[in-house]
Amino acid sequence: MFDIFLDDAPALVVVLPLLISAIIAFMPSKIWPWIISIITLLLHLFLSLHLLKEISVSGLIIYEFGNWEPPWGISFKIDGVNIGLQLLFSIFVLVSTFYSRKIFLNEIDYRDSGKAYSLWLLAVGSLNGIILTNDIFNLFVFLEISALASISLIALGAGQNRKALLAAFNYLIIGAIGATFYVIGVGFAYAMTGTLNMNDLVIQLAQYSDGQLAIFAGMSFMLIGLMVKAAIFPVHIWLPPAYSYAPSAVSTLLAALATKTILYFFVRLLYEVFIIYPSYLSLFLDFVLYPLSLLAIFIGTVIAIYQDDIKKLLAFSSIAQIGYITLAFSLKDHSGVASGFVHVFNHALIKGGLFMAVGYFAILYKDRVTLNSLKGFGYKYPITSFALLICGLSLIGLPLTNGFISKLYLFQALYTNQMYFSIALVAVSSALAVVYFWKIVEQMWFSEIKFKSEKEDAYIYLPIWIVTISIIVFGIYSTPIIEFSNLSADYLISGYQN
Amino acid sequence: MSNSFLIILGIITPLFAALFSYVCRYNNNLRDSFGIIGGLITFVISLKIFHGIQNNEVYQITFFTIFDGVDFAFKVSALGSIFSLVASSLWILASIYTIGYMRGAGEKNQTRFVIFYSIAIHAALAIAWSGNLLVLFIFYEILTFSTFPLVGHKQNAESQSAGRLYLSILVGTSLIFFLPAIFWIWLKTGTLDFQDGGILMNKFPAEHLSFLIAMLVFGIGKAAIMPIHRWLPAAMVAPTPVSALLHAVAVVKAGVFSFLVVVVYIVGPDFLLQTKSSDWLVWLACFTIMASSIIAITKDDLKARLAYSTISQLSYIILGAALASSLALKGASFHIITHALGKITLFFCAGAIYVTAHIKKVSDLKGMGYKLPLIFFAYTLGALSIIGVPPFIGSWSKFYLIMGSIEREFIIVAIILGISSLLNIYYLLQPVVIGFTQNSKKEIKLIKAPLTVWPPLITGLGCLVFFFYANYFLNNISGVIVN
Repeated sequence: MFDIFLDDAPALVVVLPLLISAIIAFMPSKIWPWIISIITLLLHLFLSLHLLKEISVSGLIIYEFGNWEPPWGISFKIDGVNIGLQLLFSIFVLVSTFYSRKIFLNEIDYRDSGKAYSLWLLAVGSLNGIILTNDIFNLFVFLEISALASISLIALGAGQNRKALLAAFNYLIIGAIGATFYVIGVGFAYAMTGTLNMNDLVIQLAQYSDGQLAIFAGMSFMLIGLMVKAAIFPVHIWLPPAYSYAPSAVSTLLAALATKTILYFFVRLLYEVFIIYPSYLSLFLDFVLYPLSLLAIFIGTVIAIYQDDIKKLLAFSSIAQIGYITLAFSLKDHSGVASGFVHVFNHALIKGGLFMAVGYFAILYKDRVTLNSLKGFGYKYPITSFALLICGLSLIGLPLTNGFISKLYLFQALYTNQMYFSIALVAVSSALAVVYFWKIVEQMWFSEIKFKSEKEDAYIYLPIWIVTISIIVFGIYSTPIIEFSNLSADYLISGYQN
Repeated sequence: MSNSFLIILGIITPLFAALFSYVCRYNNNLRDSFGIIGGLITFVISLKIFHGIQNNEVYQITFFTIFDGVDFAFKVSALGSIFSLVASSLWILASIYTIGYMRGAGEKNQTRFVIFYSIAIHAALAIAWSGNLLVLFIFYEILTFSTFPLVGHKQNAESQSAGRLYLSILVGTSLIFFLPAIFWIWLKTGTLDFQDGGILMNKFPAEHLSFLIAMLVFGIGKAAIMPIHRWLPAAMVAPTPVSALLHAVAVVKAGVFSFLVVVVYIVGPDFLLQTKSSDWLVWLACFTIMASSIIAITKDDLKARLAYSTISQLSYIILGAALASSLALKGASFHIITHALGKITLFFCAGAIYVTAHIKKVSDLKGMGYKLPLIFFAYTLGALSIIGVPPFIGSWSKFYLIMGSIEREFIIVAIILGISSLLNIYYLLQPVVIGFTQNSKKEIKLIKAPLTVWPPLITGLGCLVFFFYANYFLNNISGVIVN
C-alpha cells in the first residue's frame, strides 16, 4: 500500500506540506500545529531519502503531473543537480521547525500559532517546489507562493516591532517587481518557442541558433527577476530589513534556505537552458554577475561592520556570502560551479546556526539584539554562546569548520581561472568578517559586566547544537558535501562543454 | 610509552592544566599549582622527544584527513623539538613567576588568566609539533585567539583597544596573506607536509617565489617584521607574565618558528639559495633591526623598550632564514633559544620591579640598583646575553649569524649586526647604569614578592651556564640544516 505513495514521492514532498498547511491554518491550539508540522516534515524527510535512493539507482526521475506528458503537462525533475539540495532542505527544515516552537511562543500570540505553522508549511512546500520543478512558469507560481508565505511570516514580527510591517511591505513590492520581470521573460520565451518545459525549451531555442533579440530580451528579464529574488547585489535591498524584523524562527528558515533555492534555480537556468547561447551567457556572467558578485562581497562585508543590530549585521553578511556563491557560479567551469554548491550547503548551515543562536538571544533579552545588549551573554548563556562562536569562526572560514572547506574550494576555482584579484578580495573580505564577528565576541565575553550562568532551554539549544556540530563534522569530513557538489557540477557543466 | 602517545600527552597536558585550574578555581594555591605541574610534565616530554630526535627517532601521529593530501597530523621536526623544549621549560618558571606577580600586583580575574595562559602554551606546543602547514595554521590562530583575553586582561579602555589592534593585525594578516599562501603551495604541490629539503623544488615557479616569501613573512604577523610590528608594543598592556612568556617566547617565537619552518621544510634552503628570492628580505630584516633599535632608545617605558628590542631580535631570526645558508640557519634556529632565555629574564625583571616598587619608567629607576640587587643582577645577565657578550649564550647565535652573512657575502649585513649590538648595549644597559649611579630623592616603599625574584635569577644564570653547553642544542640544530 505504501508503494503507491512512494511512486508519487516527487510530488508529495511539495504537495504534502501544502496540503497540511491548509488543514492546520485554523487550529487554535498552542501545540498541535507544531506536532503536525513535525510529523509532516518527518514524512518529508523520509520521502527525500527515498528519492535519494531512487536517484542513486536511476540517476534521473521525471515526474509527470496527471500523466500529462511534457512539454504539455507540468513535470518535476530530480537528478544529480538537485538531490543534494533536496536532502539538505529536508533536514534543515526539520531542525528549524523543531527549534521554532519555543521561539514562536515567545514572539507571536499563541493563538496565531496555527496560522504561523500554516504559513511555515506553505513556505516549505513552495520552496521545495522551486527545487524540483522543471517548468519555468510553474517556477513562477512557486516563487509567488513562497514570497507571499514569507511576507506574511515576516509581518508576524509586527508584534515585536512595527517595522516588520514595513519590511514585509518592502519585500512585497520589490519581490513583486522581481516576479513581474521574471514572468515577462517567461512570456517572451513562450511567445517564441511555445513551450514552458525546460528540457523542451532547450530544444526549441536551438532553432534560433543565431539568437534573436526577443529571446535575449526574454532571457535578460528572467535573469533580472531571479536576481531580485535571490538578493544579488544591488537588488538586495529588501533582504536586510526582511531578515532582521521577521520573527527569529522565520529569519532562520529564510536566511538558510529561501535565497539558496532561488540561487539554485538561477544557476540551473544559466547552465542548462541559456547555455545554448554561449556568447550571451559569457557576456552575462563576465560583465554582470562577476562584477556584481565582487561588489556584493566587498560592500556587504563593509556595511555589516557598521551595523549595531545583530540580525541586520548577519543579513548584510548574507549579502556578501551570496556574493561568494554567485562569484563561484560565474566562473563557467566545473570547479567554479562545484565550489558554488559547496558554499550553498555550508552557508545554509552557518547562517542558519547564527540566526538560531541570535534568535534565542532576542527572546532571552526580550528586545532587539544590539551589540550593547549582548554584554556578558557569554557567561550568562554559555551553551548557546559557544555555538554562536563556532558558527562565527566558520563564517570567517577558519580550518576545521565547514566554512574553511568552502573557502578552500573557492580559492581553488579562482586560482584555476587565474582570477588573482578576486582571490585577494575574498581574502580581504574574510579578514574583514573577523572585524564584525569579533565585535560580537568582545561584547559577549570581554565586557565589564559579568553574570552568573543561567539555565538555557534544551528545546532551543539542541537544534542549535545539531547545526553547530554538523558545521564541525563537515569541516573535518567534507566528503559528502564535496561529492554532492561535484555531482551537481557534473550534470550542469557537461552541457556547457559539449 | 609509544612515541605517538607522547605527542598526544604533551599537547593535551596544558589543556588539562587549564581544565583543572577551572575546576579548582576557588582554591587559589591549588589552581595556580597546575601551571607548574603541567610545565613539569610537558618539560619532561619535550626533553624526551628532544633526545629522541637526536637518536633519529620518529615522533608522529595522524588523526584524520582534512582535505586531499592534507592530514590533521603531528610530526616532530628537529626545529620543533627545540621550540617545544624552550616553551615548556620556561613555562615552569613563568608559572611560578605568575603566582608572585599576579598576587603581588593584585590583578583581578586570575582564574581566567591562568586558563588562557595554559591554552596558549597548548597552542604553542602544537605549533612546534605540527606535521604540516595547515595544522600549524590552525594552532597559530588558536594561539592568537587564546592570548587575546590575556592582552585585554585589565579590561579598561587602553587594554581593550590594544586587544583589538592585536587581534586585527594578527588575524587579519594571517587571513589575507598566510592562508592564501598556504592554498597556493597546496595547489602547486598537492601537499603541505614538512619535509627535509622542502617540497617546492621543481614544482613551484621560481619567478613567483619572492612573492610567496613576501606573503608568508607578512602573513605570519607574529614574526613582527616591520611594518607588521605594531601589535607587539600594544600587547605590552598585558600583565608582565604574558609579556614575558608569550610576547617574548611563545607567541613571537611561534611566529619566527613558523617562518623558519616554512623556509627549511616547505621552500627548502637550496631552492631559496638558487633563486635568491629572499635576498630582498635580508634588507627588510636589517631595516627592522636598526629601526626598532633606534625606537627602543627613545622609549622610557621599560616594557615598551623591551618590546622594541624583541622586534629587533626577531628580525635576527628572519634575517637568518632569509640568508638561508647553513650557518645563518644554524644561527637563526639557535637564536630562538638564546633570545628566549635572555628576553624572558629581562621581562621577569621588569615585572618584578613593577610589583616591588611600582616603577615602569627607566628614568625612575634611580638608585634602585642598591635596593633590588638580585633583580638588577639578573637583569644584567639577561642583557649581556642579548647583547652577545661571551661567555653568555647569546653570543653563539650572533656569532653564527655574522658568519652566515659573511658566507653569503653580505658584508654590510655583518656590519649592521655589529652596530645593532652597540645599540643593544646602550638601551639595554642604560637602566642598570641609572639604577646604580644616580641617587633617588624619593623614598619608595618596597613590597616583597620573592616568587618574582627567583625565576629571573634562574634564567639569567642559565644564560651564563648554557654558554658552555651550547653543543647540546646545536646537535639538534645541525639536523635542521641539510644543504
